[in-house]
Amino acid sequence: MHGRPRKAPKPEEEAASVAKAQKLRALQTQFFSFHHNKIYTKEAVELSAKLLEINPESYTAWNYRKLAVEHYLSQPDCNPDLIKSVLDDELRVVENALRQNFKSYGAWHHRKWVISKGHSSVNNELRLLDKFQKADSRNFHAWNYRRFVAESMKRSEQDELKYTEDMIYKNFSNYSAWHNRSVLLSALFEKKAEGFLSKEKVLPEEYEFIHQAIFTDPDDQSGWFYHLWLLDQTVTTDSPLLASSWPGHGYDVLLVEDRCYNGSAFSPFTALHSDSGSFPIVLYFNQPVGGVSSSTVTVECGFNKNEDLLWKPLSASNSQTARVWVAHLKIPSSDLHSTVEVSVGHSKGIISTRGFEYSHPSMFSFKVRVQPMERDFSQVSVAESISLREENFKIYGTQSEESIINSFNQLSIKNGHESTASNWRSEALAKEIECFRELLSLMDCKIGKLTLARLLMAYDVMSYPFANKLVHSEEVLELYSDLMKLDPTHYQYYKDEHSMVLLQKVTSSKESLLQHCFQYKDSVSSAICGPICLRLNNLSLSRMGAFEKLLWVQMLDLSDNELQSIEGLEAMQLLSCLSLRNNKLRSLTALEPLRKLKLLRVLDISYNQIGDHSIDTTRYLCSSPLSHSVGSESNKDETVTSGVALIDNWEAFYIFKDFNLNQLDIVGNTIADEKFKSILVKIMPKLKQLDGKLLG
Amino acid sequence: MDDIPPYPPIDPTTFDLIVIGTGLPESIIAAASSTASKSVLHLDPNPFYGSHFSSLPLADLPSFLSSHSTSPSPPRSPSSDDPNEFSLLEFATRPLYSSIDISTFSPNLLDQHSRKFNLDVAGPRVFFCADKSIELLLRTGTNQYMEFKSVDATFVGDNKGNLWSVPDSRAAIFKDKSLGLVEKNKLMRFFKLVQGHLAGEQDIKISEEDLQSPFVDFLNKMGLPPKIKSFILYAIAMADYDQEDTGVCRDLLKTKDGIDQLALYNASIGRFQNASGAFLYPIYGQGELSQAFCRRAAVKGCLYVLRMPVTALLVDKDTGCYKGVRLASGQDIFSQKLILDPTFKVTLPSGSSPPLPLKEKLPFFSLKDDKGKIARGICITKTSLKPDISNFLVVYPPRSLFPEQVTSIRLLQIASNLAVCLPGMFVLYISALCNDDDQGKKLIHAVMNTLLTVPLDSESNAAVQSETAENGSAVQDETSESSSGGPSDSGEEKPTLLWSALYSQELTLGQVDFICSTPMPDGKLNYNDLIDTTFKIFQEIYPGEEFFPETSLENPEGDGDASPET
Repeated sequence: MHGRPRKAPKPEEEAASVAKAQKLRALQTQFFSFHHNKIYTKEAVELSAKLLEINPESYTAWNYRKLAVEHYLSQPDCNPDLIKSVLDDELRVVENALRQNFKSYGAWHHRKWVISKGHSSVNNELRLLDKFQKADSRNFHAWNYRRFVAESMKRSEQDELKYTEDMIYKNFSNYSAWHNRSVLLSALFEKKAEGFLSKEKVLPEEYEFIHQAIFTDPDDQSGWFYHLWLLDQTVTTDSPLLASSWPGHGYDVLLVEDRCYNGSAFSPFTALHSDSGSFPIVLYFNQPVGGVSSSTVTVECGFNKNEDLLWKPLSASNSQTARVWVAHLKIPSSDLHSTVEVSVGHSKGIISTRGFEYSHPSMFSFKVRVQPMERDFSQVSVAESISLREENFKIYGTQSEESIINSFNQLSIKNGHESTASNWRSEALAKEIECFRELLSLMDCKIGKLTLARLLMAYDVMSYPFANKLVHSEEVLELYSDLMKLDPTHYQYYKDEHSMVLLQKVTSSKESLLQHCFQYKDSVSSAICGPICLRLNNLSLSRMGAFEKLLWVQMLDLSDNELQSIEGLEAMQLLSCLSLRNNKLRSLTALEPLRKLKLLRVLDISYNQIGDHSIDTTRYLCSSPLSHSVGSESNKDETVTSGVALIDNWEAFYIFKDFNLNQLDIVGNTIADEKFKSILVKIMPKLKQLDGKLLG
Repeated sequence: MDDIPPYPPIDPTTFDLIVIGTGLPESIIAAASSTASKSVLHLDPNPFYGSHFSSLPLADLPSFLSSHSTSPSPPRSPSSDDPNEFSLLEFATRPLYSSIDISTFSPNLLDQHSRKFNLDVAGPRVFFCADKSIELLLRTGTNQYMEFKSVDATFVGDNKGNLWSVPDSRAAIFKDKSLGLVEKNKLMRFFKLVQGHLAGEQDIKISEEDLQSPFVDFLNKMGLPPKIKSFILYAIAMADYDQEDTGVCRDLLKTKDGIDQLALYNASIGRFQNASGAFLYPIYGQGELSQAFCRRAAVKGCLYVLRMPVTALLVDKDTGCYKGVRLASGQDIFSQKLILDPTFKVTLPSGSSPPLPLKEKLPFFSLKDDKGKIARGICITKTSLKPDISNFLVVYPPRSLFPEQVTSIRLLQIASNLAVCLPGMFVLYISALCNDDDQGKKLIHAVMNTLLTVPLDSESNAAVQSETAENGSAVQDETSESSSGGPSDSGEEKPTLLWSALYSQELTLGQVDFICSTPMPDGKLNYNDLIDTTFKIFQEIYPGEEFFPETSLENPEGDGDASPET
């Protein structure tokens, strides 16, 4: 059934097809008239069978037959014999249709519907399936149906597992069989069936099994897909974990209402400027979760009532699940000295998207202090613009080691009990790594390289979750660089992965991160001012990542990279100043994550490609402000009346309306003409400076 | 066989071609010549078809072998006063089998059912599903006279009695439990290389230089480990001699030939839907093949006379040219051409000098070759060598059993479902090329000792054994014995030998000369080489005729489907 070249039809075949079409059309006209008039006579039903025999894709005919069956079964003189004969007829029609095209969705669906009525023997179905699977062992319709039949028959997963094994032994190039295997094993794991209690026992055997396929024919993709599933089973812990938070455990947070706090004894890592009267608490989980609320997360502090805290998910879609959750604590008075304790998951309710409960309650605490405003400094800083240029940075010294160490050690939450249980996981990964190194020593294999890269990363993350050690990152980066050359078709994917690994590497140790930490120095006053700026510029990043380690960042320089997307950046809730200058952002909608950054005041998106492409494909993925789902809280009328052509600029409106920007640079984008700039000024009345020009 | 039943005289007395012997080459030639509208008389002194290619009842096999093992009796003096213008050259039989060794451990049982056995004289032999013999059967419609079953697997044996399945396909490599991952990868890549080469893919062409080099060197160059090399050379390419010892190797395979063998093997797997392996075996034994071609010839008008020995050759006195033969019935039959079974040898009458023209043709009489011999063994057992599988091939690569073993030994187990033996029994055919009888015996015994339990005292053991077998509970006894732990530490009982025949066979080649003589069964596993030789002989006698023209599709019943019945 696979790999058959298509041939141009011969004249006689074309003639036959024309004749068939004519016959079909005649049948169809008649059929539709029966259907519309709800005629279910024997003759009418027969006609639909004829139609379906020629064209099993006729959904209407299948639906008509369902109506006809319901009609017969609702007759007062209906008895079990009649029911059986009616349903048997249906099964026969389906079988004939399948003979015509055994990949007909409608036919298989109809069969399921008939069998679900519960009057027909399911045993026959297995026999039918054997026939179809003999004809084409990779027919996924048959495999789907098989799952349905096995379930109705209450056939054990173990029996079906044996069946997939037999099929795989016949020909292991069978996505459907491998897939069915993964479905069955998942079910057995979930049931905790005998012999499937622990993945620890089962997965190594599965690895062994799939190695046979991969080594025999590395060019066959079906095995690799199963391997990827196994890898996922190995790496992913069932219950979600809290990966990091801001503030971290033991933090001394200094809240200043003023931008300059030079000379303060506090670390610039943990001092936060806030002019909104509140500060965020950010929870970062290792997988998307739902159910984070004041009942599942308790925040104990002297100045806010736990019940008043509103936890919000930070996700691109409006779903109620996210990896990152945020709540804002109100700052009550200027003279605050308080300890805050946060307990996560002590009562049930936090559940991963896969349905697993958060089962490792954890607790962290930090201190908060508010520094009163110093008038004379603030005057200056508000007026001055911030310019993220080379000359304005000074590499961050190591004055206050102590606090930095603190901030790194607390980036991840302790989950000690999990680490002992995951020994087998890292052992399994180590074995896999060895295995694929061997494969690559035998031959050049792209997917082998990719797998090795994934394995090495997973191994590093799993083996040193708290030490943040990435012993293999150099090798992984090399593998991805190799792949970019070997497989240009998937360049962008490898590039993205490369970026992620690079970011993991940069953030893996204090030493490497410090090399990217700078202090902003005002060009006029040359006073060292403001928080630490993390500069990840000029690293040819195509994607941003490692957010769980960067929650503390307030100033971020991502200029001179190749970013096409800043997905995930919404996690960096403290960001007040961001440069995306000279990247490859192609649309305004790519800026969507920034909408959730309430503290963002300075943004540089100059010299990107916004507006280069007349058709913005992301537009179709992103909901329009004209639909009711977005921006319900915003006041549209105000903007509309101020003369902005909403229809033409809805993306601009959608993205920028929630911004509290003081300063924006947008020059060097196709979209940024004078007209557009004037629209921007109208959308963001608080904007003080646009492309370096002070606004009046 | 000495009592020749009175036969009515054969009429007509002149033919285009007389063929003596109904072995495979003779039968094919008879069929091909008949198809080419020649008048053919096909004679056989035996009461059965197939000559040295026949399948015989158990009791008949020893007598057939021994009847061809004695040196010819000195020729009788020529019949005096021959009135004709012919010289008479008497036929004698050539000794073709030697060191015949028959052992019976269960005489009662086997003697009673002798006719239930169809034992191949020239075993082990199989058809590759895609080889020349199958093509010929299909092309000539001869397949309608035969039925086949699949030989399900090939194993490689070692000196500990283990049988390792040969990973001969992608699925088999995947499933194999004895190969390591690296070995699997290397083997599959080698197969892919060969497939790519055969499919004519540009980027994976094997260079001409490699093609002309020894196959074993090429396998080394591909970095294949010894185990896999051995699989490829001996269990797939079916090489006979140790390829890595050029001192003893008489059939050093070139890469080109090796690849052709792999291609044949590959094309054979899955050719017929109901044949799981690469090989087929005919129901009722290999003798069916010769008989099928005889039937094909008979349909085309060939005249058959069995049980008819031929006593002498009639030669023109003046020219020394062949004229005809004298039958044992005394009748003289004439023809233009003669094909002779390798059994026969022409002797000169003693005391008389041959006619002058004949002297020049004398080299023919000293037909001799230095190809050595082939040792064959037939064993009958009551249990399969491997549980759950009944028809399979086992190859013992050179030096796998003992250091001096320089040739492959092949073993074919065929079960009663192919109608070659009593239900529940198995026939094992073993063969190996050798230089002399002693060496041959050693090779066959090595396999038997590895795989079988040979009862010590044939007669006394036999009585006990046959009794247990006959009371019908033998099978049960065996299972209960093995389940109770038994004395053997290996846990698996070796099958016990019931009967065996060991013999050495001469390897005479076909001869195209003064008179055409057909070859003896060769040492190969299939009929490819024999069919090539047969074709050459046919071309020699009828240079202008086509060998089974393609148009001969007029077979009445045949549907051209050779797929075996299972």
